[in-house]
Amino acid sequence: MAPTTESRVLHAPMKVEFDYTRSLGSVLSQFMSALKQHSVLGGVLADGRVVVPPPEFDPVTHLAITELVPVSDHGTVQSWSWVPEPVSQQPLDKPFAFAQVLLDGSDAPMLHAVDVDAPADISTGMRVRVRWAEETIGSIRDIACFEPAGDSETSGSASMDFGPPEVTGMISPVNLAYDYAASPEETKFFRGLSEGKLFGQRCPVCEKVYIPPRGACPVDGVPTAEEIELPDRGTLTTYCVVNVPFKGQTIPIPYVSAYVLLDGADIAFLHLILDIDAADVRMGMRVEAVWKPREEWTTSLDNIRYFRPTGEPDAEYDTYKHHL
Amino acid sequence: MRDVAVVGFAQRQMKELDGSPTCLELLVPILGELYQQTGWTKSDIGFWCSGSSDYLAGRSFSFVSAVDAIGTLPPVMESHVEMDAAWALYEAWVKIQTGEVDTAIVYGFGKSSAGILRRILALQLDPYTAQPLWPDTVSLAGIQAREGLEKGLWDEAAMASVVARSMSDAASNEWAIRKGATSPADVLAQSMYADPLRRWDCAPVSDGASGMVLAAGDRALEACERPAWITGFEHRIEPIALNARSLVTSTSTASAGAASGTAGVDLAELHAPFSHQELILRSSLGLGDDVRINPSGGALTANPMFSAGVNRIGEAAKQIWAGTSDKALAHATSGPALQQNLVITLDSQKGN
Amino acid sequence: MAKIPAAVIGVGQTKYQALRADVSMAGLLREAVDRALLDAGVTFDDIDAVVVGKAPDLFEGVMMPELYLADALGASGKPLLRVHTAGSVGGSTAIVAASLVQAGIHERVLTVAFEKQSESNAMWALSIPVPFIMPVHAGAGGYFAPHVRSYIRRSGAPLHIGAMVAAKDRQNALKNPYAHLHNEGTTVESVLASTMLWDPIRFDETCPSSDGACAMVIASETAVEKSGITNPAWIHATQMRSEPTTAAERDQVNPQAGRDASAALWKQAGITNPIEEIDCAEVYVPFSWFEPMWLENLGFAAPGDGWKLTEAGETAIGGKIPFNMSGGVLSSNPIGASGMIRFAEAALQVMGEAGEHQVDGARKALGHAYGGGSQFFSMWVVGADKPAH
Repeated sequence: MAPTTESRVLHAPMKVEFDYTRSLGSVLSQFMSALKQHSVLGGVLADGRVVVPPPEFDPVTHLAITELVPVSDHGTVQSWSWVPEPVSQQPLDKPFAFAQVLLDGSDAPMLHAVDVDAPADISTGMRVRVRWAEETIGSIRDIACFEPAGDSETSGSASMDFGPPEVTGMISPVNLAYDYAASPEETKFFRGLSEGKLFGQRCPVCEKVYIPPRGACPVDGVPTAEEIELPDRGTLTTYCVVNVPFKGQTIPIPYVSAYVLLDGADIAFLHLILDIDAADVRMGMRVEAVWKPREEWTTSLDNIRYFRPTGEPDAEYDTYKHHL
Repeated sequence: MRDVAVVGFAQRQMKELDGSPTCLELLVPILGELYQQTGWTKSDIGFWCSGSSDYLAGRSFSFVSAVDAIGTLPPVMESHVEMDAAWALYEAWVKIQTGEVDTAIVYGFGKSSAGILRRILALQLDPYTAQPLWPDTVSLAGIQAREGLEKGLWDEAAMASVVARSMSDAASNEWAIRKGATSPADVLAQSMYADPLRRWDCAPVSDGASGMVLAAGDRALEACERPAWITGFEHRIEPIALNARSLVTSTSTASAGAASGTAGVDLAELHAPFSHQELILRSSLGLGDDVRINPSGGALTANPMFSAGVNRIGEAAKQIWAGTSDKALAHATSGPALQQNLVITLDSQKGN
Repeated sequence: MAKIPAAVIGVGQTKYQALRADVSMAGLLREAVDRALLDAGVTFDDIDAVVVGKAPDLFEGVMMPELYLADALGASGKPLLRVHTAGSVGGSTAIVAASLVQAGIHERVLTVAFEKQSESNAMWALSIPVPFIMPVHAGAGGYFAPHVRSYIRRSGAPLHIGAMVAAKDRQNALKNPYAHLHNEGTTVESVLASTMLWDPIRFDETCPSSDGACAMVIASETAVEKSGITNPAWIHATQMRSEPTTAAERDQVNPQAGRDASAALWKQAGITNPIEEIDCAEVYVPFSWFEPMWLENLGFAAPGDGWKLTEAGETAIGGKIPFNMSGGVLSSNPIGASGMIRFAEAALQVMGEAGEHQVDGARKALGHAYGGGSQFFSMWVVGADKPAH
């Protein structure tokens, strides 16, 4: 994370990445299994039309599609659009065309990429054929793309026995990159942290002190405004001990995740409690921030490594019970 | 049906919001404007409904912090759709029709610039056979445009005239992003981008938010001198697959339009993020040449995801309020290549 | 203006389980939808509109999946809405569907909610680190556990109450063929012996992660008559309320939105003494301790006294106010569907179709869902009799 400080608000890159595991069900399993064997199947609709990729349910009768038939891996471009600037994970990483290709033996075109160098090299009515991926795994990407077929003959699997489908699932990697931006109010808070300061803000209507400050007071709907510097100590209102591992977790378990109500604030925030055995942590315990070494400070709440007990007597329940 | 009218509308549109994807910065002043327009406060509002998307913001429950803009203690009756706020407006209108409430505020928001929008929207496609190819929004629209071009249903000149009219009309819209006096020749002079589309044929990536107030009967008259009465409100969806529907007509728009009643419409705000889609919508709705189209400049001049649809309704309502239209139609779309469409008709007179 | 009386005339559920490897998402939804249509004795042609609900799109990695699902749901050419109100979504989706009928817009509406959590990992989707913020957040359990601790402190409840709820719900689940967990022999002792995950919440006090879908057909008074269904579940009242996730001095144990929603619900349903007038309740309890918390929030018990009903066995089948006869969220949790399952199970009770987990003579039942940080509430009351008001 390399936040820039030039703009009005703080920005940082944020990634949302997961390899989704999809189960396919009967129709798609057969379709994907056939692709793995370099064959394309279409679904037969109740009206007799053959559609590729096969829909799972008939658009008119709504019944499950049960009959799949092989179609050719040659076809005709029905419409297309040029892709001058491919985005990540598209079939080709150089300019290409997305096209609707009507495979011989089918009645509805399928969407896929066509590998040509320029818009002038593709046209509606052009004959194209499947270029199979080097390794086929049972995925729509087993068709690497289509390519101009010239005069090559239609091939395809007029009658193949595919047996029980061997592909029943697929992995879908979804990798998205975002520019995350903080609100102006949060930006003040995070920039304060880079100087070792904790800035809250007061709501101009209800006069409650929020930390972090808010783009809208959740009670009054107006931004918090007047800046209040708060001390780095307060009362632990309530907590839990996290003892469950999960993907993306960055803190070793078990750890205490607690609401810390800084002195002078009207709302608690979540942070980590250390320097004490989890079994000894108590509601009402007085805590103080343990900061990272100054040279490691950034515009992040993790400048405070954790909170630890101050050793003061616990706060009386009545002093914080309305914060639960 | 109860007589329900649009009595307040406020918007923000921009190329890039230098701020949080919660869009609170936009929503707070928008709600302020709505209160000012109607003379109401939060306690006058019976129901709230918003439209937004987690994938636009890149995190789960992205709509949750937006309710802070309302100020929700004491709690409010509130709902959310993962759709353009035009459909949130529909849910609010239904709620008013049940008689449970008389007033509602609807809002939509989204920061499209936070990611690569045309790539993110590929996640709407069939997750098994289409999405893994990451077909981007522009390519899908290009396939649609070419089919119509090659079938002779429209031509480049018609597309260019849509762009030119939109950009010229947007000159007077303070919220438009791409605007200024433009001729069809100026448009055709641009080079191809995603052949058959030029850049100006495609809506600019836009950030924004908007809010709208609905009220029934006397409450509407209390808030607005000349309310925009809703006389038809319908929406329909089609299959997502491009090979399972006609791309060059919009049957869902046609059927929503027919159910809403388009007779006597003198103005239409159509949500067409691509120039040729306006041509499809006009013909599917059967709008004659005497109907003014998109005096705001439409989505080709600013298309903030999840509020651009409700903005069409707001722009149409403004024309009713101002007396510059007696019966207006507004349209919103969602999904790839006009998959899902909503039509609303607004009238200066109650239920005709 | 009077609402048009509306009723549930068909319910369909999938078997809930950790991984439905045999179906696609469309296949999963159709299993519930086909059963609901069959139960209602109608076909897709009879359906005027479809309302879909689910929790965050990041769970399945499909943006607005209702767009891709539209055709499989028979929605082509019809209106389709997609509701998302966090964990309460299954309930709010049913309420939107009911409104379409009550407002006189449609005769028959199909509503379906789902989650296919096996496609990803809910903990991941709910805990993606946000820049600048301390990443102590650990999924829903990590979020709710501190508030459970607050409840225990505030009410003085004995520490075994959570285990009692878990044992009761898991026993109930054995009577529900659709339930995900069929853990024979779950007892208070075995729950107390299970691993502490988010202290004070133990493994056996948490909900599973499930694949599943639930669907209902909601019909107008006229359509009920035409249907020939003689035991519909009439919708007596619906309510939704929202409040902020965090606010200065917000009550996170007994949230005002839940109190306001239930007070309005009882009033709308003409109920003055909920514990006497409601025969049973399906209430969103994803962590066991939320049973006593919601008993209080819903007005079945005074603040601080909810656990006493649990301890006395009054929330078991045969008790004064049975909670989660189906096994509840603790036994099946396809997140986006969980709220609708509560609403549907309440309907099944007053229809007399709850099978082995039927409460004898149930004529009025509560369905309840909540979401976000205990901030979004949706609930309904259904009855065997047509509402009088």
